[in-house]
Amino acid sequence: MSTLAITPGALGAVTQETPGARILRRFWGNPIARISVVIILFFALTAGGTALLGALGHHWPYDPNLTNLDQKLLPPSLQHWLGTDNLGRDVLSRMLNGATISLTVGLIAVAVSLGIGVIVGAIAGYFGGLTDQILMRSVDALICFPTFFLILTAVAILGPSLINIVVIIGLVSWTGTARLVRGEFLTIRETEFVKSARVLGQKDWKIIFRHILPNASAPIFVTAVLGIPDAILTEAGLSFLGFGVQPPQATWGNIIADSKTYLLEAWWLILFPGFAIFIASLAFYLAGDALREASNSRS
Amino acid sequence: MSAFIIRRLALTVVLLFIISIISFFIVTLTPGSPYPWGELNPKISAEVKANFRKKFHLDRPLPEQYAFIMHDLFTGNLRSIKDDRPVLSRIMERLPATLALNFTAILISLSFGTLLGVYAARHAGHWQDITGSFVAFLFIALPGFWISYLIAIGLVKVFGVPILGTQSYGIDFPNAAAAGLDRLWHLLIPAIVLALGGLASQSRYLRATMMESLREDYIRTARSKGLAEDVVLYKHALRNSIRPLISGIGMLLPALLGGSVVVETIFAYPGMGRLGYEAVLERDYPTLVALNFVAAALVLLGNLLSDLLYAVVDKRVRLE
Repeated sequence: MSTLAITPGALGAVTQETPGARILRRFWGNPIARISVVIILFFALTAGGTALLGALGHHWPYDPNLTNLDQKLLPPSLQHWLGTDNLGRDVLSRMLNGATISLTVGLIAVAVSLGIGVIVGAIAGYFGGLTDQILMRSVDALICFPTFFLILTAVAILGPSLINIVVIIGLVSWTGTARLVRGEFLTIRETEFVKSARVLGQKDWKIIFRHILPNASAPIFVTAVLGIPDAILTEAGLSFLGFGVQPPQATWGNIIADSKTYLLEAWWLILFPGFAIFIASLAFYLAGDALREASNSRS
Repeated sequence: MSAFIIRRLALTVVLLFIISIISFFIVTLTPGSPYPWGELNPKISAEVKANFRKKFHLDRPLPEQYAFIMHDLFTGNLRSIKDDRPVLSRIMERLPATLALNFTAILISLSFGTLLGVYAARHAGHWQDITGSFVAFLFIALPGFWISYLIAIGLVKVFGVPILGTQSYGIDFPNAAAAGLDRLWHLLIPAIVLALGGLASQSRYLRATMMESLREDYIRTARSKGLAEDVVLYKHALRNSIRPLISGIGMLLPALLGGSVVVETIFAYPGMGRLGYEAVLERDYPTLVALNFVAAALVLLGNLLSDLLYAVVDKRVRLE
């Protein structure tokens, strides 16, 4: 008997780490992940800070919509760190406000697409049969559409407002999530614990949301993180074509679009906003990829 | 084999039907005004609106509208609001340029994506792999319109070379070869920009599947036979890893066709993407329905073709 008496603490130290904690530890051990998180936090804080200041009626460094034709198209200087545009508006102030738009679009669009994708994928994977066939063939059909053009068409018809844009991006981009969730459900529904839950007479929705979904959460979370930059880039592209969030509200895309005619003289109007889009997207992609690596049990 | 083809064809027909319904619904069922001049324009009389509704069958119940639009599309009666020409022929005249652009882009992303993916898998876990992954995400995160503009400005301002359109105008080329090179140049720049994202995602897919293949027994056998590492990688491992890459083309196409809206607009390239952008600006609904439908159908047919080709080459596919 005495040989079996292992101290509970010693065993606990080995087995107590939850899967989530393990993923987080491995994620944080990756320097690229740490840098990405810092960049994302930087963007989130500036966006949040600007939005908060704006709500209180203050602006830093300037009012983003304050025009001053005496100071138009000024290159970067100490007064205007990132220069001014063709109406004399401060580019840095406009970009700070653009950050709020980009991050809002990224987060809400992903929330919409995640909601639809998880529900469709869960229903298709859990119930299978004809339901699965109908849902998945619709996904197959929707995937064939040229994504950006489909979004552009819908935004042009419905009118380019912030809410329309995020909902349309979400409505068009859930197919990947649905496929992924369905795949996870197909595997997990055959496991012992799901079968025993079914034998115990648990309701379908409870098995779906309480038993299966938590076990599929890691890959779903990864696609969510990777979906944010997709939405940011899509909104920037729409803004650039004139179908994004409308002026005078500044977005990273429409700062570039507004200055199309001055691009050869005013390099700062295209370089800085584009760079912001690029760096923000890159940080999200790298963080998402690091998260995938960390949650991959084989590596 | 024939059972496989019949099943695959039947699936394609079903998908084509769903695609046609989706493209019809986007334009007809959305709660915006059906009129290109807006609902409340006082200059438009009720009679003009009634005529418009009649012309596009908007006075009929929905299923009939759908049937009429699809019928009109293929008989050439579905005409553009802009110039009253059949939309199908407007699209068809842009098709060659679009196919050339997208085919070149696919070629670039496949070849360079393969090189980058194999390189990353070969040095998995080392700095070369990390750099390769970083470069891949760099390409994915680049906003297409931004990099297009930077390249366009750079080439025009620094080197003074023309890049817009499909060829340089106002120049007498000494021979056909020079003219051909000029066309190739005009095709290559937008194709490279378009290919960057796909190249990167292809390399990521390939890296993942290559790393699995490299763990297989036949790789150890090939290595222990003393084969050169390049032969092991490109002949043994790549062959068994390439299938997701081929089916990845199907996933690449919608992104390419969508992305070409921006790239074609910037480079003034006369393809379907620019036609689409013009149709959006002009609220040319018939053209929009048709463009979405034709583009999705093209993707579907591309997928069908690659599946069939693959089933011919690889017997394992048919058994699934």
